[in-house]
Amino acid sequence: MSLNDILDSLFPAGHAVNVENKVITGEATTAQGTVAVLGTTDAAAIDHAMALALSAFILDTVEQHPGRALVFLVDTSGQALSRSQELLCLNGSLAHLAQCVDLARRQGHASLSLVTANAVSGGFLSFGLMADRAYALADAQVRVMDLRAMSRVTKIAHERLVELAAGSPIFAPGAESYVRMGAIEAIWPEPSAGLLEAALAAGGLAAPASDQRQNSGLLRGGRQLAAGITKTVQNAACGA
Amino acid sequence: METLDFRFDSKPVPRAADPALCGVVGSGNLEILVKSGIEPEACRVRIKTSARGFGETWRAVLDSFATSHPAGGTVIAINDMGATPAVVTLRLAQALAEYQGGGL
Amino acid sequence: MIASLAARHSWFEATARARLAGLLDPGSFSEILPPAESNPSPHLALLDLPGAFDDGVVVCYGQLGKRPIFAIAQEGQFMGGAVGEIHGAKIVGMLRRAAQEKPAAVLFLIDSGGVRLHEANAGLIAISEIMRAVLDARAAGVPVIALVGGSCGAFGGMGIVAKLCSAIVISEEGRLALSGPEVIETVAGVEEFDSKDRALVWRVTGGKHRYLMGDCAMLVEDDIAAFRSGATEFLAGWSEPVPSVAHLRAGQQTLENRLAAYASYRDGLQVWAALGVAEPESVPLLDRDALVALKEGLPT
Repeated sequence: MSLNDILDSLFPAGHAVNVENKVITGEATTAQGTVAVLGTTDAAAIDHAMALALSAFILDTVEQHPGRALVFLVDTSGQALSRSQELLCLNGSLAHLAQCVDLARRQGHASLSLVTANAVSGGFLSFGLMADRAYALADAQVRVMDLRAMSRVTKIAHERLVELAAGSPIFAPGAESYVRMGAIEAIWPEPSAGLLEAALAAGGLAAPASDQRQNSGLLRGGRQLAAGITKTVQNAACGA
Repeated sequence: METLDFRFDSKPVPRAADPALCGVVGSGNLEILVKSGIEPEACRVRIKTSARGFGETWRAVLDSFATSHPAGGTVIAINDMGATPAVVTLRLAQALAEYQGGGL
Repeated sequence: MIASLAARHSWFEATARARLAGLLDPGSFSEILPPAESNPSPHLALLDLPGAFDDGVVVCYGQLGKRPIFAIAQEGQFMGGAVGEIHGAKIVGMLRRAAQEKPAAVLFLIDSGGVRLHEANAGLIAISEIMRAVLDARAAGVPVIALVGGSCGAFGGMGIVAKLCSAIVISEEGRLALSGPEVIETVAGVEEFDSKDRALVWRVTGGKHRYLMGDCAMLVEDDIAAFRSGATEFLAGWSEPVPSVAHLRAGQQTLENRLAAYASYRDGLQVWAALGVAEPESVPLLDRDALVALKEGLPT
């Protein structure tokens, strides 16, 4: 599905969005008011320039449109893989982008992200997973690494990984795993204005004061240890 | 991975630092956790090891250790990533020295 | 000189527990969820791999110069310090606790390749939670100091986490980046990045380069005592800024300027020359004190 089709489906009341260097920036009209629309397209491998274009747009929005909701469209194959990118500390630019999303939240901007096609590793961490809530389209690919590459790195037979992945959201690629793990709220069968409006309304009513993903993962049965361990560490008596 | 359980007779070891931990689960290395048990004249050992088929080697190394060092009254848990017998013996000595309040 | 060399205790070679023992005030270490009270990762057991009781990370409270601090120390020798479900949840717990209890600082001893692939989704989500928790602790006024000098460096998601901290104290042996050189070589070819060329790897990702470019606040010797005094010195002169647009605008400008100036470069030597270093090829040979003096003498 093309980006324009996705935008038309999500924002039938109108959108004005630029795409440059695979980076999406712009705005759209919804029943909740004008929202900022930003993200990446065409399986962008996030580099310094893309990260800085997104972070600049977030800072502009925070300054010029206080409180405007942020809708992230996520289509990233991960981070750019090159020596020149690493030379300039690519993790630093991705951290800067993440900090800008975090600042927007602290300044009262609700945010949601929608994985439209691909969401992989570093690219996903820097903005999609920083939003208040994340959603994914039904055919979206969400993962750290596919099972063949994982088999090569871990030296565990591919067949064995496929077999285990069927029952384990802990490492099985796919948006469904991320729902069960608590990181994605829901899978949308198609880009839909109705679903977006509902998600924006839910986000506007109850912007989460804290990160609830561990609890969601526990409730949905995908991540059964994290919530309890974090609580134990938080509450353990200070002996000394 | 293989899980091995052993019990050895051994002279009681004095306890100072309980539990005691030694080593890291890294390649060719292992971690050993020594806790107090209920049998003063015996040492119980549970090993989880990445290398299958070395049960008799483990038995020989641990038996020799329990005979030559006091290790009674302990329960020892080991997570192993292919340590050699020499490394196992060294880490056991370190862990029990720690348990007695010393360290090597 | 010989006496001081003999007294040095390498951070790079030490275990996470040995680093903490030398970093904190003597006798102040108090571990939360110690090995005897925890269980190895069941996800590793499912893949037939032995786990570690602490799942490769030690979380504790203690003191630094008699001030109460929290510390988090990743064990690079276990699974490359990589973040799995339990490992990540321990870190998140300590950071959230810091936001509530407000110790003088959190010392984050990062030694990690990033996500533990055996628990890939749990690891990635945990790193996202760690990112948020670091920023929450900082917003609560608690400095989070990353200490990087272990054999696994700070890579992948943990490279991002390091750059979200208040500051990074790094040694020459420390490495900080996103993708590891091996990954880039595998995907883009040996011409792009020869991961076996150690000198090149250090010129692109190593502590001296990150310090010269300003990505790390302090460069210290590969010595546990040096990390201790570095962290102490940094905290003495630091007050955690309130998150603000102005602060991030300044950061944005710095990053844009250097991208405009250095985007075509592929080697630290080129960047150092552009920074005004007269003899960039001498940088790898300089000791820590000489390099700090060089950096302080550069035009700003």
